[in-house]
Amino acid sequence: MQSSRRDFLKLAGVSALGLSAGTLGFLGEGARAADALPTATDFAKPSTAKRWAMVIDTAKFDDALFKKCIDACHSNHNVPEIEGKQQIKWIWTEDFEGAFPTERPAYLAEEQEHRKYLLLCNHCENPACVRVCPTKATFKNNEGLVIMDYHRCIGCRYCMAGCPYGARSFNFQDPAPHIKNINLQYPHRTRGVVEKCTFCVEKLAQGKLPLCVEASGGAMVFGDLTDPNSEVRKVLKHKYAIRRKPDVGTEPGVFYII
Amino acid sequence: MYNAKFIIPGLIIFIGLALFPFIKGAGQPELKVETEKPKEAKECVLPKEKIRDVHMVLLNEWRDDVIRNGKRVYTSENGKQYNMSLTNTCMGCHENKDKFCDKCHNEVGVNPYCWNCHNTSPVKKEGEK
Ligand code: SF4
Ligand code: SF4
Repeated sequence: MQSSRRDFLKLAGVSALGLSAGTLGFLGEGARAADALPTATDFAKPSTAKRWAMVIDTAKFDDALFKKCIDACHSNHNVPEIEGKQQIKWIWTEDFEGAFPTERPAYLAEEQEHRKYLLLCNHCENPACVRVCPTKATFKNNEGLVIMDYHRCIGCRYCMAGCPYGARSFNFQDPAPHIKNINLQYPHRTRGVVEKCTFCVEKLAQGKLPLCVEASGGAMVFGDLTDPNSEVRKVLKHKYAIRRKPDVGTEPGVFYII
Repeated sequence: MYNAKFIIPGLIIFIGLALFPFIKGAGQPELKVETEKPKEAKECVLPKEKIRDVHMVLLNEWRDDVIRNGKRVYTSENGKQYNMSLTNTCMGCHENKDKFCDKCHNEVGVNPYCWNCHNTSPVKKEGEK
């Protein structure tokens, strides 16, 4: 009964959009899944840390690189493409004012002012989203990752109100029809749950780097903030880096070299 | 008994109704659901009878282990190791949800919503139906 209603709604939605039967493929078939299925051995050597963190070298980015990083994340994690207010984003760009509204430098250098900044969930040390989540669907794991258990999310959106960085998106509708090329190896979300960047916890578990970091070709580094020899600490030792909205006290784990 | 002439026939009708499914079912052949077995894999993460009984419990445990405890490898009773994943391990063998999962689920009238998010067959290659 329920499934037939869902099928009906799917059909109704699709016909309302005026899409031809030929494009129906995007509803689920037309698999991409060229990669081998991960097996137990892939998880034999996970990357571990006490506190994962990321450094983004903002000067190294241009529009093409932004697109590459965003695509790597969104296509792999089945993030739907929806225009307007219902947009879902795990990683996105903003101008200086949008990214660092509390910095307020006077007469900011033009180069920095016109630059775009890559934003994503900061996997905060002190995450506001975790504190306000009534079901513990959002929680911080022992490696400093702020994780979402979509199964437990009731869609109350407290976390969205709590997060000072706008890092979370709500699924107002079934995302499946808006995913062009479904990656069959990774679940998508459903209507009524909140989603966000995971720091690629599933890649770290296989000893790999987050997808955006890999795609950035060195413009982003990733590592353990508590380990003085880690990539992130090495970079931070030599470069001046800022974090978004430091005054809200969440202690973000994403650093920006300006 | 006070009002026995109503109560006793009432009771008989009630018992008759309550037993009706059993009476009707008696002597019927046993319910058989023909599911499509995986073509490639020969064994499951648990013996057949067991997985039939407890697959939903197992999936719940896997989900908690993976997401909340960061434990992603499952060791089966015979010592084999598996990636704890509905999408990649279960659906990797059971390629056809309609012919496997739904067969029983429809028959017994349960409607799990796992597939609202988890994709059905990651082993399908491009263009395959
Ligand atoms: S950036 Fe927002 S969503 Fe991410 S951990 Fe911090 S408060 Fe939570
Ligand atoms: S860390 Fe992973 S999930 Fe987060 S933005 Fe980068 S690619 Fe996406």
